[in-house]
Amino acid sequence: MVAVKETVEQVKQLDVDQYKYGFTTDLEVDKAPKGLNEDIVRFISAKKGEPQWMLDWRLDAFRRWKTMDEPQWARVHYPKIDFNDSYYYAAPKKNAAPKTLDDVDPAILDTYKKLGIPLREQELLAGVQTSKVAVDAVFDSVSVVTTFKEELKKAGVIFCSISEAIKDHPELVKKYLGSVVPVTDNYYATLNCAVFTDGSFVYIPEGTRCPMELSTYFRINEKNTGQFERTLIIAEKGSYVSYLEGCTAPQRDENQLHAAVVELVALDDAEIKYSTVQNWYPGDAEGKGGIYNFVTKRGDCRGANSKISWTQVETGSAITWKYPSCILRGDNSRGEFYSIAVSNGYQQVDSGTKMIHLGKNTTSRIISKGISAGKSQNTYRGQVSAHRKATNARNFTNCDSLLIGETCGAHTVPYLESKNASAVFEHEATTSKISEDQLFYCRQRGLSAEEATALIVNGFVKDVLQQLPMEFAVEAQKLISISLEGSVG
Amino acid sequence: MLEIRNLHVAIEDGSKKILNGLNLTIRDGEVAAIMGPNGSGKSTLSYVIAGKDDYEVLDGEILLDGKNLLEMEPDERAAAGVFLAFQYPLEIPGVATMTFLKAALNAQRKGRGEDELTTPDFMRRVKAGAEKLGIPQDMLKRGLNVGFSGGEKKRMEILQMALLEPSIGILDETDSGLDIDALKIVSEGVNALRSAKRSFLVITHYQRLLNYIVPDTVHVMSKGQIVRTGGKELALELEANGYADYVTNAAA
Repeated sequence: MVAVKETVEQVKQLDVDQYKYGFTTDLEVDKAPKGLNEDIVRFISAKKGEPQWMLDWRLDAFRRWKTMDEPQWARVHYPKIDFNDSYYYAAPKKNAAPKTLDDVDPAILDTYKKLGIPLREQELLAGVQTSKVAVDAVFDSVSVVTTFKEELKKAGVIFCSISEAIKDHPELVKKYLGSVVPVTDNYYATLNCAVFTDGSFVYIPEGTRCPMELSTYFRINEKNTGQFERTLIIAEKGSYVSYLEGCTAPQRDENQLHAAVVELVALDDAEIKYSTVQNWYPGDAEGKGGIYNFVTKRGDCRGANSKISWTQVETGSAITWKYPSCILRGDNSRGEFYSIAVSNGYQQVDSGTKMIHLGKNTTSRIISKGISAGKSQNTYRGQVSAHRKATNARNFTNCDSLLIGETCGAHTVPYLESKNASAVFEHEATTSKISEDQLFYCRQRGLSAEEATALIVNGFVKDVLQQLPMEFAVEAQKLISISLEGSVG
Repeated sequence: MLEIRNLHVAIEDGSKKILNGLNLTIRDGEVAAIMGPNGSGKSTLSYVIAGKDDYEVLDGEILLDGKNLLEMEPDERAAAGVFLAFQYPLEIPGVATMTFLKAALNAQRKGRGEDELTTPDFMRRVKAGAEKLGIPQDMLKRGLNVGFSGGEKKRMEILQMALLEPSIGILDETDSGLDIDALKIVSEGVNALRSAKRSFLVITHYQRLLNYIVPDTVHVMSKGQIVRTGGKELALELEANGYADYVTNAAA
């Protein structure tokens, strides 16, 4: 239980402020004027030097967005967002177009260092981590650097910012962008289509196993700035990739908006493993500030025998609205969703998944662990459906909630729909509390109240933690315990 | 040495008084048995020594080697040498037994300002202890007490006691739910831990356990007090005559 011990020690060092990523970096910034209109969309597109087809796509999305309404069905409450009160583009000035790490503003490199994200390839190689991880670092509205590009290129893997991909690989972007999450999918996704600024692009060629973990690290730094990132991952026939996404933001009194779209495409026999450790600023102890996180993530198992697996550890954000989903289109394809959602303070989480079974013999598995503490509300919302042709579709869902204290809430909202008589769906759900007796038992054996809680919670989420790549599992374990600091006693 | 003086305890909400001026001294190396009818306050006594929240101590003191236990948190009491073998050990799903044992042992060592055990050293101790108690290795990899039988849970409590090396081991009805074979194994495990420095408080309804763990003293508890103290033969007398005398006497 090294991690538990480290956690407790870390927690003790963090005096009043439990959120250790709350610092800001002072940089000269190139910003769009405040507000949201067609000119802003044009401004962003021009800043990115985009081709006309991309601008047209954005403008079309923006016009559609103006006719849409904000969804109201989620179990989250927040004051109406004034979309004209945000900045939609902010980029560090010195970082106009860095080619290598040496060109990146040292202040930015330092920021990532403070966040524990090593960008210098030699640092990685020096053995800080046992396996290599290539990182795309997105700072506010732009990708500042992508590491290990050359090495990946040798394997035929394309890993770059989406802005570069639009310029360098337009045929791939045109073919796949918006093919999983349609432009008008939902209010936030449509907004993203209009104003997305950066994100990652991954292409794994046929029969290739990506030689290292890929990851993107998102950082919102600027005040009043929304981050709209766009990620597109394509796994060609018989390929494999494991991808990790991490996020943090400074502490600010105002709420900030984050509305991302992630699209995954897996062709025949391909596998994509997508892991997220989301630690946006959750707001202070009184519920002031924090990120509004409205995210659309969807994977398309387009080919036969393909597999997409989502693993998420959600500890941050004031509001989380997020349902990483799988469309099981190819026969024998498989979708997985493993989730740990921790809420404390005044956080509101409405998260889950959708497993849409379209092909024959498609299988899906959902393991969701919600932990609520403080005055938070934590909702699992999941949809499993089998369409008429989805013969022998199988789903297993296990949804557990753990409550800490008396003032939080856990809710489970499953939607099951089958149009094929041979489909079999299983749904298990439990809600439990950390009992006083369990805590006393652990304390009688010598563990402090914090150590005991961390131990019990880590046991509760173990099934899901096991799904994360090793290095991140340890990190996630610490993160969960820190998020729950102050929830006992 | 454990000294309990004039201990008065009520349930936390004050609705019911359970211990009424209890006095008890257990010397180093002594095995003391407490017997008594249901509801006499035996389990409450064990919980109050270990520091469970649900009780309010109205008066009195509990000293372990001169240290005032009532001023300590449960984990501090554990580090000071109090071990309670639970009547109903709790399940901790997802936490491997081995992980739990290591966390507990190192937390106590840290509490006492000692170095943590190295993993090989720890493994050696666990394996040796488990073998003596007939606990298979694969059980140590399973979630603590999850899906264990009654007998397995009790053996696991004794293994924990062996690893944690307390100065006082409290056994709260450890014999309940055990068949005769398990009772023997558990008793042998306890006997192996007897030493000149370590004392035991054995709580039981039945004399049978005391055939295997032979006590130095036997105390009869009724209505929250020790009403009679004697040697091991007192247990036999109770087995023959029951508790009826003590219940009426104390009430009178």
